[in-house]
Amino acid sequence: MERQIRYQREARPAWGAEIAKLPGCERLYSCIQCGTCSGTCPMSLYMDYTPRRVIALIREGFYKDALSCRTIWLCASCYSCSSRCPQDIKVTDIMYALKREAIKRKVYPSRFPTPVLAREFYRLVKMFGRNSEFLLVFLLTLKTNPLGFLTMARTGIALLLTGRLSPKVEMIRDAARLRKALEPKEVA
Amino acid sequence: MSNESEKGYLYFPGCSLKSTGRAYEESLLELFRLLDIPLQELDDWNCCGATSYMGIDEEAAFVLGARNLSIACQTPGRDLMAPCSACYMVLRKTQDYTSKYPQVRREVEAAMKRADLPMPGQVKIRHPLEILYHDVGAERLKNLKKRNWLGGTIACYYGCQAVRPYSDVDDAYNPVKMDELLRAMGVQTIDYCLKTKCCAGVLTGTVPPVGRRVNYILLKEAVRKGAQAVVTICPLCQINLDAYQKEISAESGERFDIPILYLPQVLGWMLGGRKKELAFHRCIAGRRYLNEWLRETKEEEAYV
Repeated sequence: MERQIRYQREARPAWGAEIAKLPGCERLYSCIQCGTCSGTCPMSLYMDYTPRRVIALIREGFYKDALSCRTIWLCASCYSCSSRCPQDIKVTDIMYALKREAIKRKVYPSRFPTPVLAREFYRLVKMFGRNSEFLLVFLLTLKTNPLGFLTMARTGIALLLTGRLSPKVEMIRDAARLRKALEPKEVA
Repeated sequence: MSNESEKGYLYFPGCSLKSTGRAYEESLLELFRLLDIPLQELDDWNCCGATSYMGIDEEAAFVLGARNLSIACQTPGRDLMAPCSACYMVLRKTQDYTSKYPQVRREVEAAMKRADLPMPGQVKIRHPLEILYHDVGAERLKNLKKRNWLGGTIACYYGCQAVRPYSDVDDAYNPVKMDELLRAMGVQTIDYCLKTKCCAGVLTGTVPPVGRRVNYILLKEAVRKGAQAVVTICPLCQINLDAYQKEISAESGERFDIPILYLPQVLGWMLGGRKKELAFHRCIAGRRYLNEWLRETKEEEAYV
């Protein structure tokens, strides 16, 4: 059994302050907890914590809850919250910051496909300079839900028949230099 | 016609317009050919990074955008057109954040230097909707009109990233430019209150129940208000609404079979474009209606 309330001593407010220093997250502490972000979010009804609660968690420094929740992986980046926020908080950017933290610390929910997709996409683009939707879907299904190939068959066939899915991978001419720009460690 | 449209535009297709969103590219090129506006594809462009890069490595996300912008700056004097809403938004964000945040600028500068790429100068990033509305204009479209639209009432769906967080294309919550263009051309459009609600983006692929539910709501509202087709300006919106209608019908017990088109397909058709060049055959849902609406015979063309 896990305890359902948090003690103040488990919080690390300094962590919240670090997040607030990131580009786009600077207005984090001006949140008035009005809940406009949660109200306008098309995904909030599937989230374990609504966007408003995530902001509150970061500010208090409850990093474990803020980073391991499903909320950040359900954000579709539609910028509704950011545009509507009366305090001009870029909630979408804060969600991005949490995604990056969660991936860095490897605390994202296991087998939840969104972070897997993000990472596979990241690798493909780094390698070729462009994305291959065919390869991306293939890798994602293989890694998260091999049975998904069956349920996705109809859509896949429809896309193939209309010429919208090609197994060909396009690679840019200057891929090597782009990789250099994306990977600081290789040159250092 | 404005100066910009005489000079033509640089054109950043993005990965989707080369695969699942091919109909968008094909119809856009055909429409601009009919309008006699030159388009030049950006040389050796790379993926914009979409929403995924921001969530993994912000610096890399901005570097991807900066490389594209730097290539665009090598052909000065022309605006850069980005038809995919995600590409448009990411390029705009790269420009915005590299100028607003010194730390972002420093990181991007260092990365570009490592790869021996020049930092981009200023280039104007445009979305085709806004080009059609401002540079071409409803008046010119109307003068070039060759056919009436026989496809009935349309729901204009703007999606999210074309109008948010940067609202230069149109208003963030009540965009009207697509409706105005189509109405000027004699097409009826519905008052679609979900026109800027998110299509769930990649979540339709990663968390299907959530994605399909969101798209069910979007389709249901369009049909309830009497739309016979939905018109989009983003490849992700189009595929989400188009490719899963059978699954959505099975899950909801309601039957959806409604064509999801791109704006250039509808405009191109009314300007006399051909069905194949405008890539109507790449639609998945509502094909039987399209066959009924789009007839290329002489008599039908003499309709106007």
